Amino acid sequence: MWNWLKTLYHRLGSPKWFYQITGSWLPWFAGATLLFMSVGLVWGLAYAPMDYQQGNSFRIIYIHVPAAFLAQSVYMMMAVAGVVLLVWKMKMADVVAQALAPVGAAMTFIALVTGAIWGVPTWGTWWMWDARLTSMLILFFLYLGVIALREALKPQEVAARACALLAIVGVINIPIIKYSVDWWYTLHQPATFKLTEKPAMPASMWLPLLMMVLGFYALLGWSVLLRARAEILRREFKAGWVREILQRK
Amino acid sequence: MTPKRKQKLLLISLMLGALSLAIGLTLYALSANINLFYSPTQIAQGEAPQDREIRAGGMVVEGSVERDPNSLKVRFAVTDFAEEVWITYDKILPDLFREGQGVVAVGRLNAAGELVASQVVARHDENYMPPEVAEALKAAGQMPDHSPFQRPAAEQQY
Repeated sequence: MWNWLKTLYHRLGSPKWFYQITGSWLPWFAGATLLFMSVGLVWGLAYAPMDYQQGNSFRIIYIHVPAAFLAQSVYMMMAVAGVVLLVWKMKMADVVAQALAPVGAAMTFIALVTGAIWGVPTWGTWWMWDARLTSMLILFFLYLGVIALREALKPQEVAARACALLAIVGVINIPIIKYSVDWWYTLHQPATFKLTEKPAMPASMWLPLLMMVLGFYALLGWSVLLRARAEILRREFKAGWVREILQRK
Repeated sequence: MTPKRKQKLLLISLMLGALSLAIGLTLYALSANINLFYSPTQIAQGEAPQDREIRAGGMVVEGSVERDPNSLKVRFAVTDFAEEVWITYDKILPDLFREGQGVVAVGRLNAAGELVASQVVARHDENYMPPEVAEALKAAGQMPDHSPFQRPAAEQQY
């Protein structure tokens, strides 16, 4: 198993292999996205029971929580890709990091907006400068910073290293987001789902949420592969194998 | 791993470690400002400033809500189960406002130590459940009430 993973890792380090291997993965990610999201959405929005205090407005959780999960894990993936680029000098890591950034930024934006929409009926305000909301906003700006930095610097290698460094440094914000609700008094409630405890929510509510989380992760895989593959073609347009592919179509 | 890669990895970890330490200490030093609100205990001990707008948070004390029949004026106490602070407010309360609910009020302390609020927001806890389950739990007297205002007491228990 370990050797198989190692071989896969080394193969994915080559743009050509990455392009060829991931081509067969795309339909699986697309299928999983559509399946999990449609089941999760219909189940969560129509069949899950409403909350005893929030009524139906709690259903925004089925978008808000998966988006917030992804916002944080995409950033961590970007930081890992940054370490791989800086230490092992694997150029594909930068392609993946570049593909991840806008997806993560979009997820952070969705989490912020859905949170604000939920906040109006529940809290009575759409925004308050509490530690969770503020650290999430900082995450959004970090994403924008990484995206802007790549556009601002030339040549590509310099931009890649700068982006990797910013991604690695910014990862400090992730535990702050996660534990903000425990360390300080905040308006945002503490986590409903903890690894060590039973969820503070019945299965009829969290099962559709689980579907949505799986669907969002599949969507992440799908969109990042699509973006990475397009970026490979752009970066390697002089290579013989790319010309072959383009001429075939 | 080649020595050069090892060195680079070490350098990155050291940089991240040093930076985390710096940010951690900064956040620790600023924790009074990062906390969204003062707890009733902090207000009772005089930690909250008198001359500017502050936020106070706590659970609305059961049976403390007094409504003026002729206006929107309302007076209620919030508690962290150690101290209480009285809050007066004259605007529309959020839907989630009720006795036993966590709230955060923005306002100034008056001479009597009451908070004259300009904004009151409700705080939701991490528990979700269908209405039927809530009814059943209430009937059995087992309604979970986790809230940050109870955390000190809960920590003492364990």
